[in-house]
Amino acid sequence: MGRQHQVTEARSGQRFSCDEALPVLTAMEQHGLLCVPVGCRGGGCGLCKVRVLAGDYECGRMSCKHVPADAREQGYVLACRLFARSDLCIERYSKPCSESTVDPQQRQKVSL
Amino acid sequence: MKKGVMRPGHVQLRVLDMAKALEHYVDLLGLIEVDRDGQGRVYLKAWTETDKFSVVLREADEPGMDFMGFKVIDDACLTRLAGELLEFGCQVEELPAGELKDCGRRVQFSSPSGHRFELFAQKQVTGKWGLAEVNPEAWPRGLKGMRAVRFDHCLLYGDELDETLRLFTEVLGFTLAEQVLDGGTRIAQFLSLCMKAHDVAFILHPEKGRFHHASFFLETWEDVLRAADLISMTDTSIDIGPTRHGLTHGKTIYFFDPSGNRNEVFCGGDYHYPDHPVVTWTADQLGKAIFYHDRQLNERFLTVLT
Repeated sequence: MGRQHQVTEARSGQRFSCDEALPVLTAMEQHGLLCVPVGCRGGGCGLCKVRVLAGDYECGRMSCKHVPADAREQGYVLACRLFARSDLCIERYSKPCSESTVDPQQRQKVSL
Repeated sequence: MKKGVMRPGHVQLRVLDMAKALEHYVDLLGLIEVDRDGQGRVYLKAWTETDKFSVVLREADEPGMDFMGFKVIDDACLTRLAGELLEFGCQVEELPAGELKDCGRRVQFSSPSGHRFELFAQKQVTGKWGLAEVNPEAWPRGLKGMRAVRFDHCLLYGDELDETLRLFTEVLGFTLAEQVLDGGTRIAQFLSLCMKAHDVAFILHPEKGRFHHASFFLETWEDVLRAADLISMTDTSIDIGPTRHGLTHGKTIYFFDPSGNRNEVFCGGDYHYPDHPVVTWTADQLGKAIFYHDRQLNERFLTVLT
């Protein structure tokens, strides 16, 4: 186990500890929390996009489609590729799922 | 095979980190690395395939599918289909022999759904991996991980499904094997070239050109369960399964490569002849159509794409 940091998700107010060797999303899943949506866990789909509001961090490789260079400078990252280097405050950023779905009921909601 | 298109030949996928991708596709899925090229692309095959490669990996900043290729019966067919694709209104580009190593010339085009496809007639035949051509044994020793049998199909998300269906049936000779209808709108279409329930499938999605998964065939349900064990042993990101689909009735498990591209391994499923009526599911039963046991839509399955 590496050093532990506290991660707070601002919208939900949920808080969990995160080993600095683990991606923030993995730590969240291990605590049974869902304050950031979980997609591919590989930096590819963009579902777990968050903005880091405060704290130090490092990132692994992630899709430039979801986090272009300018967004990255503004603190946007994919939580599955986010490693805490201090306590972090993050904010989930995700398009509502209903924008892109074949579920007819969900699509109806979108068209309303 | 009405128009001379025989079968899926290959898929080129973008990965964020080649070393991690190879751990996944070689050590876990059990594909075999057969070559690399000057662009850094890595060529892989599954052991029963007779052509040299079926999966090409390219390192890039964004994961997803570059293109899916189908093999046609001969070069004359390739020339004829290139003309028919142009007539249909596709933008057609010809790539010279050797652009993919040991593959003949390729005819590339985009579907109305926004995906890149290609046709080719020739690829180096290297035979089934690890088996003699004459008096072949049942299977080769030394296979890794899930021991994937073959690259089977892709599922792609995009719009303009009607025009895409027209392209694949009228120009390329696919038949519509299965579909999901939402009233008068077809929201899923599974297309076949031969007896398989699908060689390529499309699901309606507002954004063009998205990649849902590349699928690999396994022989038995026991193999699918063993794949699930390996996914846990390697702490690989799982999507859903093992379970069964309503559509195609295949037995399946979904998981992600280290760049977030979804993979499937599956066994069984329906067969299809060109004279079979289209198998239809209705959108109000979409949950059961996709996951026959849970009978519930899994939002991640519908929205997580590369």
